Amino acid sequence: MTTTDTADLMDYDEVMARFDPVLGLEVHVELHTNTKMFCGCPTAFGAEPNTQVCPTCLGLPGSLPVVNGKGVESAIRIGLALNCEIAQWCRFARKNYFYPDQPKNFQTSQYDEPIAFNGHLDVVLEDGEVFRVEIERAHMEEDTGKSLHVGGATGRIHGADYSLLDYNRAGVPLIEIVTKPVVGAGERAPEIAKAYVGALRDLLRALDVSDVRMDQGSLRCDANVSLMPKGASVFGTRTETKNVNSLRSVERAVRYEMRRHAAILVDGGEIIQETRHFDEATGTTSAGRRKETAEDYRYFPEPDLVPVAPSREWVEQLRTTLPELPWERRKRVQQEWNLSDLELRDLVSAGALDLIASTVDAGAPADEARSWWVSYLAQQANSRGVELDALPITPAQLARVIALIAEGALTNKLARQVVDGVLAGEGEPDEVVAARGLKVVSDDSALIAAVDEALAAQPDVAEKIRGGKVQAAGAVVGAVMKATKGQADAKRVRELVLERCQ
Amino acid sequence: MPAISREEVAGLAKLARLSVTEAELDTFAGQLDVILQSVARVGEIADAEIPPTSHAVPLTNVFREDVVRPGLTQEQALSGAPKSEDGRFRVPRILGEEA
Repeated sequence: MTTTDTADLMDYDEVMARFDPVLGLEVHVELHTNTKMFCGCPTAFGAEPNTQVCPTCLGLPGSLPVVNGKGVESAIRIGLALNCEIAQWCRFARKNYFYPDQPKNFQTSQYDEPIAFNGHLDVVLEDGEVFRVEIERAHMEEDTGKSLHVGGATGRIHGADYSLLDYNRAGVPLIEIVTKPVVGAGERAPEIAKAYVGALRDLLRALDVSDVRMDQGSLRCDANVSLMPKGASVFGTRTETKNVNSLRSVERAVRYEMRRHAAILVDGGEIIQETRHFDEATGTTSAGRRKETAEDYRYFPEPDLVPVAPSREWVEQLRTTLPELPWERRKRVQQEWNLSDLELRDLVSAGALDLIASTVDAGAPADEARSWWVSYLAQQANSRGVELDALPITPAQLARVIALIAEGALTNKLARQVVDGVLAGEGEPDEVVAARGLKVVSDDSALIAAVDEALAAQPDVAEKIRGGKVQAAGAVVGAVMKATKGQADAKRVRELVLERCQ
Repeated sequence: MPAISREEVAGLAKLARLSVTEAELDTFAGQLDVILQSVARVGEIADAEIPPTSHAVPLTNVFREDVVRPGLTQEQALSGAPKSEDGRFRVPRILGEEA
């Protein structure tokens, strides 16, 4: 172990007075294909251990991998969305190493021939300023299995007696997106790191290639940080912080490493090139393993997989499938809905804007969509303690609920019950309507019977209505609504009450 | 100039979790050197007209449909494992390194 975790930290302003930070961000994104990258095993999250495995992803003798075409397609679309060039011809490579998280003893990856390279992503910061992050490459690889370390300190490798391996995740398609060194970020480096990962997440979601759930590990960020003295051009030694599981953590981890490096450097110390682990609870990093050099992985072209040579026709066809970019959509939506900058920022920071826009895209009127997400669904998210976009209802499902209201099949009150059903995992809106029997009572004969009954029960009120006191109808309407458990359209009931009193 | 140094062999042995005695290091370094020198002779015939070859067949773009195929049950998957626990493969601890 090198330093203790309560390392000396330099005041951030002083760091900025003395040093320029250089960032390098590596983002791993799990694709949400049906099957793994090199075999037909399913990729669902949370299955019983070792139930989504086969001879290929377990590395058993005699098994051979075959590339998932959908994985290649997703990789190309990601590359195009990041303004990358797409390789004419590229190969997979074996990355050999000695951890048991890949039963094959190597990870199938790409080495010096990534499928996409030389791109950029323009990141919009909170104050509207745009910072361009250059993309070095995006390459295809496979995820590793999950290790559970038993004995010793809780779940940590140090002091563990043995490890338990679940290979369900081994072989899940992974795209690694690597930035070029990010220089010139200055004091905004931590913020830019966070904004970059956030922009990438939004982009990948718009591309519909991944669940992009940082909390479930389908989007993971490793942050490389180094410092060089102000005005210098030679980069300092970097550390790579892993295990950064939220956007907020990206910002905190970068800031922490900058302050830690600075304190060591001004003390005349040396930064050790190593992997560090971010602790969400304390906001600190601790030393992991020393970085192996590239040669130690003994990369060589994967002999069991033939090269990938995407035709230019295919690439151009995939280019036409690129969605409207999230930040362009925001700009358009702001104009269409006539939102002030402040309103827009509030919707964005609440995570509501993209959900509203998707709901509108699914056919709902903008004001309805907005009202649902910022009021009822925001309350539901709040009471569950989750982000709005983690609620188990999709914009398309909400749009269907809104359409049912517009058709007169649901009242607002019933609609909320339908939404509750969807949130409770009872299925699609129409299934919830059917299962819970939530259809509006639109059969006039049933309603007339209920109206007649209510009038008979309140003869004095009926007399008033007949005498022209139309406002008295409210009491009868209320009784009918109660009798039909709110499943009647109140406006229609009122019409019927007045008709029956003529 | 040997094709592989004694130190490199020691480094590889460490990565491969092999404990090797000093005497064995001398033996293996010598043997590996002979093997590598022999293989290196292939390089003598390589020139600009002979591109490096990674695949024997001139195929590209062999893809599979993204359709789930049946795999192994947990019991089958673990059947060849020397040790298992809680439905998982049990392996010796990994010393001093983070996976």
